[in-house]
Amino acid sequence: MLNWLKSPATDTQVTHGQRLWLYVFAVIVMILLVTPTLIVIPMSFSDSQYLEFPPEVWSTRWYDNFFGSSEWMQAARTSFQTAFLTMLVATPIGVLAAYGLHSSRFAFVRLAFVLMITPMMVPLVLVAIGAFYAYVKLSLLYTITGLVLAHTVLALPLVVIVTGSALKGYDMSQEQAARSLGAPRWKAFLTVTLPQIRFAVVTSALLAFLTSFDEVVVAMFISGGDNPTLTRNMFNALRDQIDPTIAAISTIMILVTTVMMVLAQIFGQDKKPEA
Amino acid sequence: MSMQTAPSNAAGLRRDERLERLTLFGLSSPAILLILVVLVIPVGWLFYVSFIGANGQFSLENYERMISRRSYLRIFVTTFQVSLLTTGLCILIGYPFAYFMSQLPSRLANLCLITVLLPFWTSLLVRTYAWLVLLQKQGLINNWAISLGLWDEPLKIVHNMTGTLIGMVHIMLPFLILPVYGAMKAIDRDYLKAAANLGASPRVAFWTVFFPLTAPGLFAGALMVFILCLGFFVTPAVLGGGKVIMVSMQIVSNIELFVNWGAASALGVVLLVLTVAILWVASRFLNLDRMTGGGH
Repeated sequence: MLNWLKSPATDTQVTHGQRLWLYVFAVIVMILLVTPTLIVIPMSFSDSQYLEFPPEVWSTRWYDNFFGSSEWMQAARTSFQTAFLTMLVATPIGVLAAYGLHSSRFAFVRLAFVLMITPMMVPLVLVAIGAFYAYVKLSLLYTITGLVLAHTVLALPLVVIVTGSALKGYDMSQEQAARSLGAPRWKAFLTVTLPQIRFAVVTSALLAFLTSFDEVVVAMFISGGDNPTLTRNMFNALRDQIDPTIAAISTIMILVTTVMMVLAQIFGQDKKPEA
Repeated sequence: MSMQTAPSNAAGLRRDERLERLTLFGLSSPAILLILVVLVIPVGWLFYVSFIGANGQFSLENYERMISRRSYLRIFVTTFQVSLLTTGLCILIGYPFAYFMSQLPSRLANLCLITVLLPFWTSLLVRTYAWLVLLQKQGLINNWAISLGLWDEPLKIVHNMTGTLIGMVHIMLPFLILPVYGAMKAIDRDYLKAAANLGASPRVAFWTVFFPLTAPGLFAGALMVFILCLGFFVTPAVLGGGKVIMVSMQIVSNIELFVNWGAASALGVVLLVLTVAILWVASRFLNLDRMTGGGH
């Protein structure tokens, strides 16, 4: 141990001992990054109203509360449905846009790209009240369609950026080869280009799902009535009091995120070394 | 013969190329249309509404109110205060942490990276809720601190500025760590060896060679954090307990409580203009592709 402390940690002969403060600091940071979220999981199985840790009596009463409530179930249905549809809409639209902007040399490409990124830059509250106003006029308020369209707009920048950067690393001359051999452009794209950027497309799709599933502020305004989202109901419940049912729902949401990320690792990872 | 066909052929090719450019560009039209209908046009309308007074005529009263009323001024001060403090704390915590990761062998570094990505992908609402549970009067932190003798009475660490900052820093840290770590990984270690070879102490080498090379990444990360903070709503609304009122929260209450679209729109316009102005100024010093990851 003592030898390790005295051994150099870098090429410039700084020893591990001199770096010790950094190691201690980093471990504390990692604990602070991870535990607050993870600690909700055991707490959600506590029998107490006050969410003890570690729980003195274990129980699943908060889960029973959640699954037994038609309101929460309705919200869960809305959230999953919206997230799934957002994924189905945002991915093809975004991939098309990324491909179009990547391969067109039209004068307004730069401007169009900036437009694609704006949903990331405009404060969410502004998006929310803008959509709220528009949906009143278009009678899309409190509908799944409206929610899906708004969440698609929020997910588009991610899809365009992730797919776009994959296209940057892709050699377009392969597609030209296919076309010079007689394939129409769409066929060249579907059979030559798409299979090679599929990892980025899968990642985009999962990100689109999560963007919608986790979104709070826009949903607060444009979801409701028969179609409130989980996040909207959670936020409202948080304002009133600390209902332990939220801990159970949080655990379920962490589970959904984890599943999505694991899927992204399995299907979204390019095994080839050059990517 | 060839002299005659060449010009018409060239014109045809040019026309084809123009057509192809347009067709390809047209592929992005569904996305553009959607963004226009759901985002740009409604925000444009809010812009218009912000200039309409209570009597339905053109007026600047919605903007005058921001200057003349103390409470509005305080909201902007709070917003900048929270954003600056959060950004500062994120730099102080995130930079050394990214440095730590950049010095590890890559397998170990990837493991540490998971601890950054895990919260990054967890729902913001869930994380805010977690802090609410941990920081409350009967919460874990107070209970543990009292049983360890750190303090005697339950401290008020939530429903105020402290709680808001803790939550915001936790949520924003990954946005700072990831670009800084990326910048650090891209540095050729030989530079530091060269500096040492020329007689620089590790400290001098760090500040004159390493740090300047990471500055663009640090700047991009800090900018991202600051801009996200300016428009933040959920975390201060839940952890601030009504004591930390930021611009976005005032916008929401202007709509929900007072149904005053003019006032809400004007605040929104100011927030948007601030964001765009900061981005514009920053883009003069920095390639903003770094922020969107387009550079990789």
